[in-house]
Amino acid sequence: MSSILNVAEEETSSNDSNTESSSNDNVSYIPHKLVHSDQCYSRLMALKRMGIVNNYEKIRKLCITIVGIGGVGSVAAEMLVRCGIGKIILFDYDQVEWSNMNRLFYQPRHIGLSKVEAAGLTLSSINPDVIIETHHMDITKVETYEFFLDSLETSGLTFGHPVDMVLSCVDNFEARMAINSACNEKNITWFESGVAENAVSGHIQMIVPGKTACFACAPPLMVSAGIDEKSIKKEGVCAASLPTTMGIISGFLVQNALKKLLQFGKVSDYLGYMALTDFFPTMTLKPNPFCQDNYCKIRQDEYKLNEKQQPPDNCEPAPSEDSVVHDDNTWGITLVSESEPEKSHEQDLSLPTGINREFTVDSLPCNEDEEVSVGEETLEDLQCKMKAL
Amino acid sequence: MGDESKKTLSKIPLLKTKAGPRDKELWPQRLKEEYISLIQYVQNNKKTDNDWFKLESNKEGTRWFGKCWFIHNLLKYEFDIEFDIPVTFPVTAPEIAIPELDGKTAKMYRGGKICLSDHFKPLWGKNVPKFGIAHAMALGLGPWLAVEVPDLIEKGVIKYKEKEQS
Ligand SMILES: [Zn+2]
Repeated sequence: MSSILNVAEEETSSNDSNTESSSNDNVSYIPHKLVHSDQCYSRLMALKRMGIVNNYEKIRKLCITIVGIGGVGSVAAEMLVRCGIGKIILFDYDQVEWSNMNRLFYQPRHIGLSKVEAAGLTLSSINPDVIIETHHMDITKVETYEFFLDSLETSGLTFGHPVDMVLSCVDNFEARMAINSACNEKNITWFESGVAENAVSGHIQMIVPGKTACFACAPPLMVSAGIDEKSIKKEGVCAASLPTTMGIISGFLVQNALKKLLQFGKVSDYLGYMALTDFFPTMTLKPNPFCQDNYCKIRQDEYKLNEKQQPPDNCEPAPSEDSVVHDDNTWGITLVSESEPEKSHEQDLSLPTGINREFTVDSLPCNEDEEVSVGEETLEDLQCKMKAL
Repeated sequence: MGDESKKTLSKIPLLKTKAGPRDKELWPQRLKEEYISLIQYVQNNKKTDNDWFKLESNKEGTRWFGKCWFIHNLLKYEFDIEFDIPVTFPVTAPEIAIPELDGKTAKMYRGGKICLSDHFKPLWGKNVPKFGIAHAMALGLGPWLAVEVPDLIEKGVIKYKEKEQS
């Protein structure tokens, strides 16, 4: 179910790179990037000459894992491959279907293939320099989660080293929580991304374990559609999608991943996108000391200890002067966004306009007599009892 | 949620142990609680003449399967159900699937996972770790069947099968 593609063999002794025929008879072991990298990467290396990115070539040494290669993940993968990333590892358990054709990347000829297989073929033909590893699996299952953990820890560009970053491009809470607990455990920086089921809002969020809030630190955030939510009819449908919103979120995601990994510009910890109003709220989220994920708390302690021992990180610019810190703010959210429209009535005041919590944790009081009481019965007894009902 | 369903829900015993299938020590305890809670729920349903599903799991309690049924115009429509316990359980709810209806309704995700209401996930999230599989059935699958099955029958997507009558 897993494979590594590195189809780098269309080189001939001549340097006419126009010949697109990838005849396997012409397999050559001359590292072909020497021949055409000048052309392929010229516009990227110009970033270095212009002083925008000082170490662009570092990208060839990086390995990124992408979980979920649907409308956002596949486009993100293509961007990274065209940027000349060293290696990408793709996880997905889905197949390409007709209903995916309103999004970018996959084509009708891919229908019926697993997404990882279709993506592997396309991506390796776009840039054979990139090592592409694919896994057709659902990482939220008990049997596959261990494999995923192991992959994060050992499948970097150099075997035995961790991957450099994870991009979450999944469409469900379960998978996000699974990625979150894995990245907390293995201490890997990751980006969460999402497009709302109404197709007109989305977000990206950077999670540096111990430093910024993890996905389990607080109830999930949602970016509002920018219109009366009650006017959105959900009868008879699960989810809508637009290639535009997904493409925009993919772009935000990879842009910020590149900024983080190649250390240029300022990385947004959280960036929302409201398509109907073209509004882009940003904010910073501090970790919750009472997070329910134990590895999150361990990483927070490590981070605090590290911070004491080391001078502040120079690559990240100081927060902008106009940021507001709310002292009474449980989740330590800092507003960075200034150009905000008027706040609505239901707005949680600690969050920028347009961003809300999906729910608040105000656990219902619970009588002990409402709880299960576990007696002497063994699990086998109970399983038999259930079967016999 | 109506008063009747609130009453049904309040009679399902709440769970205590916060442990998922990766937690070697505490998972057996949680699994016992799941079974006790489910048994109580099924017994309640039988008492009120509203028995509507049958479930069992593998030995480890990580994979669940069974049947659910829905009575419409005096005819009984039966469906196979299945789900896995995710590694992040009980923080995240199990995703119940009816594979035979996959592709037949828009209110489903791939693999036949039912599309839950906007109320389900917040309610589950607020009640971690007290809600278990019985709650997922009562709050997730039950209401889904009640809305979707009559609609699917009306559209002719699902047809009554004689042999299912036992
Ligand atoms: Zn956390």
